[in-house]
Amino acid sequence: MRRMSGRTRDPLLSALISALDAQRVQTGDGARRLYSRDASVIRGGRVGVVCFPETTEEVSACVVAALAHGRDFVARGAGTGLAGGAVPCDEPVMVVLTRMDRILEVDVSRRLAWVEPGVVNLDLSRHLSGTGLHFAPDPSSQQSCTIGGNVANNSGGPHCLLYGVTSAHVLAVEVVLPDGEVVVLGEEEGDSVGYDLRGAFVGGEGTLGIATRICVRLTEDPPDVATLLLDFMSVGAAAETVSAIIAAGMIPAALEMMDQRVVEAVEPFVNAGYPTDAAAVLIVELDGQPSGVADEIRQIKELARVHGARSVRVAAEEGERERIWKGRKSAFGAIAVIKPDYYLNDTVIPRTKLAEVVQRIYEIVEEQDLIVMNVFHAGDGNLHPLLLFDAREAGVMERVLAAGEEIVRVSVAAGGVLSGEHGIGLEKKRFMSLQFSPADLEAQQRLRSAFDPVGRANPAKVLPTGASCGHVTSLGRLPDGAWV
Amino acid sequence: MSAGDACMVAFQSDVGDSGAVCVRGGGTRWEVGGGPDGAREVSAPVGIVALDPAEMTVMVGAGTALSDLAGELVIHGLEVGMKGPSGATVGGVLMVGRSAMRRRRVGTIADVLLQADCVGADGVAFTAGGPTVKNVTGYDLCRLLVGSLGTLALVGRVILRTRPVPARSLWLVGEAEPERVLDATYRPSCVLWDGVRTSVLLEGHGEDVDETAGRLALLGLTATEPPVLPPGRGRWTGRLPSGGVLEVGSGVVHQADDGGPPTVPDGVRRLAGRMRASFDPSGRLNPGRDPYRVAA
Ligand SMILES: Cc1cc2nc3c(=O)[nH]c(=O)nc-3n(C[C@H](O)[C@H](O)[C@H](O)COP(=O)(O)OP(=O)(O)OC[C@H]3O[C@@H](n4cnc5c(N)ncnc54)[C@H](O)[C@@H]3O)c2cc1C
Ligand SMILES: Cc1cc2nc3c(=O)[nH]c(=O)nc-3n(C[C@H](O)[C@H](O)[C@H](O)COP(=O)(O)OP(=O)(O)OC[C@H]3O[C@@H](n4cnc5c(N)ncnc54)[C@H](O)[C@@H]3O)c2cc1C
Repeated sequence: MRRMSGRTRDPLLSALISALDAQRVQTGDGARRLYSRDASVIRGGRVGVVCFPETTEEVSACVVAALAHGRDFVARGAGTGLAGGAVPCDEPVMVVLTRMDRILEVDVSRRLAWVEPGVVNLDLSRHLSGTGLHFAPDPSSQQSCTIGGNVANNSGGPHCLLYGVTSAHVLAVEVVLPDGEVVVLGEEEGDSVGYDLRGAFVGGEGTLGIATRICVRLTEDPPDVATLLLDFMSVGAAAETVSAIIAAGMIPAALEMMDQRVVEAVEPFVNAGYPTDAAAVLIVELDGQPSGVADEIRQIKELARVHGARSVRVAAEEGERERIWKGRKSAFGAIAVIKPDYYLNDTVIPRTKLAEVVQRIYEIVEEQDLIVMNVFHAGDGNLHPLLLFDAREAGVMERVLAAGEEIVRVSVAAGGVLSGEHGIGLEKKRFMSLQFSPADLEAQQRLRSAFDPVGRANPAKVLPTGASCGHVTSLGRLPDGAWV
Repeated sequence: MSAGDACMVAFQSDVGDSGAVCVRGGGTRWEVGGGPDGAREVSAPVGIVALDPAEMTVMVGAGTALSDLAGELVIHGLEVGMKGPSGATVGGVLMVGRSAMRRRRVGTIADVLLQADCVGADGVAFTAGGPTVKNVTGYDLCRLLVGSLGTLALVGRVILRTRPVPARSLWLVGEAEPERVLDATYRPSCVLWDGVRTSVLLEGHGEDVDETAGRLALLGLTATEPPVLPPGRGRWTGRLPSGGVLEVGSGVVHQADDGGPPTVPDGVRRLAGRMRASFDPSGRLNPGRDPYRVAA
């Protein structure tokens, strides 16, 4: 890009350019606009300057320069976050990690890999194909999101029911702390030495420093996999089946629910053979050794029958398995034919409350005269109500927000939590006091201040203190290949 | 009800807001990380508050003996991914933060704790984490607490993730390389190596266990009693000390005495120091104890 006159006279810019180079320090309108948004419905402020470091030292230099010139800094991966975590507020230095995208080392015998933060989640799994190992966290955005973003948001995915969310798969992480110092938190092997600072860092949403290298645990591919499709005449019966499966002592690899509106929308796209007249379907995936899988199939068929399933289909071959999953993964693409805009919420409730809370969500949405599709991780009670609307309609955003707020309130009142996957960011910080007392929040602030005593790392996010920033508007496009 | 809200209020007032203080659990590792320097000792509430098999969670007083909790859970076909010697408490095992030998199956101890009701150094009660099995709301204080030896907060009551007890468990032993045993198994619960023999714990559906045992018989492995490990711990450095047993894949060596504390880079040390000072500015929680002075 061309240097603008006066550009190098700005001391912050000079510092950044001398640490990186002129091409990788951008202040043009296009870059500033592009990097001012993520995949959420949140608008914040504008980026001050966008940097593209390629090494840990360069990341540290960006942080030090921001600090020296009294600016905040914000880390950014692919920008698929749904809570506004990477949205800028006060003209910060935006540190974009996508150029740090190398897989540094794969140790098959010790089942671990070191990667840079900009590696796209699915690229790691592709790279591992043939080794018999995979990276277990599989967020629906895995074709686009980065592993650095997964670490920062402690992301989940359908198969995290059995295998655990990102935190269970991060062994160690190299971090540029908010004062620019570089530390490695965690160990390749064994329990934490001293405080589990690695565990504390994961899920920090960019407010505790910037991850520059990550050591992930790799998981063995299962020898046997079975995918089942169960269909029900009521959401309640499907929800009871979920509880019954868990209560019977089974933890499926994945246990997903789709309601009728989702099924109707995706079936024409994928021809998976979903029953479009069903009120809800469950996708159950079982994996492990063959006898255990066969036994669980038997048990689930019986539980489904007792709880009124109309049918249970066990995918007979790989193609059928893929079609069943493709339907689940196409939900997002299919919504575009219904309404142009969406707002995807994310709360967790006790699994035994699923039927009751999902019913409440239908009522809330109806009261606000909106459309909702429910497609979610039922096995761990992680709701993902997807509100559909047309942002051109006058006053619609107010109704969307009112419905979103009520869904959060109902979830917390049912004994649940604000977020199971997407984090707090800007989106939910005003709800933090619904779940936490002032003393709870103060304890969280203590953790944060130990990492960032001066408060320059993505400061407006997560905790409901400090400056307010950000408002909600309608959302534009989806990342390619993303699904909910 | 035991360990219910009234007990939590009593625990908070026992802790108070001044003077050096610590929680004594079962005292099974009382000297861990250095002594508590004459701090006043208090006890955490005892008893199971709520056990919900359909949620796979249990709420329990931190002072409850781990064996009592395990005894109740097994009636429901459940277990927690924690292990401690006879007399150890739930809170003590969490605060010491050493994963069970079966970590390959049950997960590390860091994954067990979902919510902790605590009293901070200022005497104020607060809750870390949340009650559901999936939760990314705010910072992960629970993971920070596990292994903190009671130097950041004192824990009164916790919610733990439970897991189904495997239908069948079988230990096998034989003179085979650990790598060959790993290649012949799918996610074994534990693999141990004493320098000559490899022991492996198979758990799961009975027929799968038998089928795998059949494959391992070809490598010369035969059924055995659960191993009794030496009481100390060290970190794997590439060589086994005499009498030591490596827990393959965890980096832990079970040995006669605890190994020395690992070296910690200055930057991590400083961050840890800021963390402790942030939670306990006056240094009243477990003074003298240092989580960085613990072996593997
Ligand atoms: C269609 C769609 C489906 C989705 N499905 C899922 C799902 O199934 N499960 C799920 O958990 N999430 C899901 N998400 C949300 C999102 O994809 C995840 O949160 C993802 O991990 C974000 O990664 P990213 O690289 O896009 O991060 P960004 O959006 O760029 O950033 C997210 C946060 O991480 C911080 N950050 C990024 N990189 C770093 C770093 N290297 N060091 C420190 N902080 C950093 C940022 O400051 C920000 O706070 C979905 C999103 C979309 C759009
Ligand atoms: C390096 C090492 C390896 C070990 N390996 C194994 C193993 O492989 N298998 C096994 O079974 N056991 C093992 N143990 C022993 C086991 O972890 C401890 O015996 C047990 O956790 C201590 O429980 P306790 O109730 O007796 O705690 P105590 O000995 O009473 O206390 C231990 C520490 O925890 C603190 N504490 C206790 N309760 C609380 C609370 N509620 N809130 C805040 N702080 C509290 C105490 O103040 C003290 O700092 C190991 C221990 C160590 C140190």
